[in-house]
Amino acid sequence: MSDPTTPVLTRQTRNPVSLFKKPWIWAYVAAGAAFLGTMAISGGQGAGSLFYTAMTFASFAAIVGVGQMLVITLGPGNVDLSIPSSMTLAATLALKVMNSEPGMVLIGLATALLVGLGCGIFNFSLIILLRIPPIIATLSSSFIFQSLAIWSNRGLRIKPPESMSQFVTGGVLGIPNVALVGIAIAMAAWVALERGIAGRWILAIGQNMRAASFSGVPVNTVRFAVYVSCAVLASIAGFLLANFSGGAALNMGAEYMLMSIAVVVIGGSSIGGGNSNVPGIWGASLFMFLVVSMLNSYGLGAGVRLIMTGIIIVAVVSLASKPGELR
Amino acid sequence: MNMSRDHFRILLPVLSLVVLLAGVFYLQPRAMSYFGLNLLFNLAVPVALATIAQMMIIMVNDIDLSIGTFVSFCACVTATFVQETPLLGYLILLMSIGAYAGIGALIHYRNLPAIVVTLGTSFVWGGLAILILPSPGGSSPEWLHAIMKSKPPLVPMAIIASVIIGVLTHLLIKRSSFGVLLRGVGGNDRTLSRAGWSVLKLKASAYGLAGLFGVLSGMALIGLTTSADANIALRYTLLSIAGVILGGGEFTGGRVSPIGAVIGALTLTLAASFLSFLKLSPDWQIGSQGAILILVLAARLAFAKREAQQ
Repeated sequence: MSDPTTPVLTRQTRNPVSLFKKPWIWAYVAAGAAFLGTMAISGGQGAGSLFYTAMTFASFAAIVGVGQMLVITLGPGNVDLSIPSSMTLAATLALKVMNSEPGMVLIGLATALLVGLGCGIFNFSLIILLRIPPIIATLSSSFIFQSLAIWSNRGLRIKPPESMSQFVTGGVLGIPNVALVGIAIAMAAWVALERGIAGRWILAIGQNMRAASFSGVPVNTVRFAVYVSCAVLASIAGFLLANFSGGAALNMGAEYMLMSIAVVVIGGSSIGGGNSNVPGIWGASLFMFLVVSMLNSYGLGAGVRLIMTGIIIVAVVSLASKPGELR
Repeated sequence: MNMSRDHFRILLPVLSLVVLLAGVFYLQPRAMSYFGLNLLFNLAVPVALATIAQMMIIMVNDIDLSIGTFVSFCACVTATFVQETPLLGYLILLMSIGAYAGIGALIHYRNLPAIVVTLGTSFVWGGLAILILPSPGGSSPEWLHAIMKSKPPLVPMAIIASVIIGVLTHLLIKRSSFGVLLRGVGGNDRTLSRAGWSVLKLKASAYGLAGLFGVLSGMALIGLTTSADANIALRYTLLSIAGVILGGGEFTGGRVSPIGAVIGALTLTLAASFLSFLKLSPDWQIGSQGAILILVLAARLAFAKREAQQ
């Protein structure tokens, strides 16, 4: 945050530049604690494979999390509830197009991206043309995307091409390929937000849309780009997830609605917008996976696991919140 | 036209309900009977109660992502503890209302984002529900089943219940001084606190009321279905938000309408029946519900423009 332009736009500059004053550090601390908690049970066995699995699953959450973060940064009331159905629709259509043929991978990816583009454009046209509040607009469109997905695949489970399955489950130097994709996306978002003019615009809109508009920010163009990016990121995550799990399922995105919001907030971004935090997304995604695996390794049932997860989310948010911060 | 803003606000939900009802009657004339209406609106009662609960939260500028799992939890408690050991069962339900009020107080006290806190508590309620009923089961208390399935003369139970819910909450929220204060929290909480009111207590009350209506929703649901499972009402989270907005409510400013919310819930329930009467392929059922939602909200835009011109 030593960039001379930041004081104008971000509130974090109240804090001195110190690692432990960064809002995102706590997500990593918590993730590390959950990792050690799991290792304490196994006596250090399987640390490598736990790390590998955590990186894999965290990358799906991180990719949708980055998209949700961009949307939430736009300010109060901006949330994309259509992420799960965009994921499902993109994955379903992409796998259908690829039809398990190895030569069709790029065309499959292109299909997924196009679906994401379409979903994003549809979402934003509801918001801008019909002036429907984003929560309800993305909720309604998610119903439509879900129906499209049901209609297009009729419960058939098409296997991904062999080469693609190998890519998504494989890794380089102990880091899963999907995690490399997730990290690259997070880096790109981070650079765009912290260094690019587009990032300044997004933050400015989130802090005060009217003020941003008066100061010449192309408000609607930026909002459009953000909603489309979010849907495209969801489609990428859906594409990777379906290839990873051996096919698209209609409920494959379900857990990512709450997950995408949770990683944004645990990662230290302000839910009120105007203040985003890319590194925290990855920390929170790792944390969300590791907490479940920790509770699993203690042999707790699904019920207790859910209760603990909930209590931990509330506790993290209560501790991380700064009283008096605008919502 | 000589109408207040509130009347205008309620006109569109009423119109959309009437249009849908006309559509249903046109497609299936046999629905135009005591029995038919009962069937159409039967499941609307728990949805309406959950929508009122969500409205209490939206009224104070927050949003509740946990209402679906909370109603599921209450349904599980009703089908097990209330049925077997009533005293303990009611105590649990009472405590869960207290917990809701506590969550409201915590959100205000620490200035937390409600959307995230309720996200967290939704995991907690879901976990508790699974602990109570790991597999579907339980049964409805006799009296509850008797009330929900009763057949009063002339007008079906579901409609009587909806009217009672709408009128009572209208009196509480729109006509009482307590209701004015509650809506004031959504309108301008700083002014309220400068005038000497405790926003903390008011916010806790709003959440407590939401808890109360969530409990009622779970009980009503069990009275209808007679058995529970831990995921029985998960859809209610999104349905209730949609119901409040369909009913003319807004996300900010404490501008909500209890009668509108009930009508919004009825409209959403009816939309599902309407689509099944259309003999639409089941693939498109969810999608057309989304489309109906979009249509009504688009109509609202046209209304709002006229309202602005007057």
